[in-house]
Amino acid sequence: MVDLVFIGVAALTVGAAIVALETRELIYGAIALAISMLGVAGFFLLLDAPFVAMFQIAVYVGAVAVLIIFTVMLVRTQALFSTKEDRKRKGAGMALMLIIMASLGALLLASGMNGQFGNFNDSEAIDFREIGEQMLTYYAPTLIIMGLTLAGAVIAALALARREVTEISGEEQQNGRAD
Amino acid sequence: MAELIDFIIVSVVLVAIGIYGLVVKRNAIRMLISIEIIANAANLSLVAFSRNLPNAQGQIFALFSIAIAAAEVAVGLGLVVVAYRLYKEIDVAEFRSMRG
Repeated sequence: MVDLVFIGVAALTVGAAIVALETRELIYGAIALAISMLGVAGFFLLLDAPFVAMFQIAVYVGAVAVLIIFTVMLVRTQALFSTKEDRKRKGAGMALMLIIMASLGALLLASGMNGQFGNFNDSEAIDFREIGEQMLTYYAPTLIIMGLTLAGAVIAALALARREVTEISGEEQQNGRAD
Repeated sequence: MAELIDFIIVSVVLVAIGIYGLVVKRNAIRMLISIEIIANAANLSLVAFSRNLPNAQGQIFALFSIAIAAAEVAVGLGLVVVAYRLYKEIDVAEFRSMRG
């Protein structure tokens, strides 16, 4: 039996994901993506994982969606309207989506997973203190490597954006001299 | 109350929507949005299994996955900005060469 809260959150998440891909203006798409991620955070709350939900809101809604919105602002408005969408291609993509949904859904419903676990509220929820403890003991090296990866990614993003700025300004200086 | 299979089915629907976006859309930022939707679906199924087993490892893996996805988006959007400077366009069909 599925309850109303689950249906509401599922409709919000899936609907916002579709809107994120189908709106004409990219900035609304980025906002819809943020709403979809909030829906996934709601699923995490339903699954008794408040720590992951908080992390999801902080990282996805707080950082990723805002980053996408800022990139949309950096890119010229005309480039954002993709009018070159092929109707045939769109139809084929939709067919592929429906085939994936139907086949994987049928597979899951036919599998032993359906009804095997039952109602998970019978079992005790995972305490987030256990997560913190494991992260600082067993997963400590992974945590350090993840931090280094994040630092490397941020430095790489800065380097990517910076090098081109100097090249373009060099070209502009040359053009200025030629004039 | 919702069971495990319901969460997994929502996850499958999100993956299918993300694949649709990756196949159909030619806009680089929209493709990044599709990748984010797929990553979210993967996290959702990880946490759902973690709750049902019950085992904390799924949640820990989801946390690492969220952090790595943030790094990936930072680099991806950096590439989009660079490509826009080079081509004045963010349509991936227009990126004819990988030459810097």
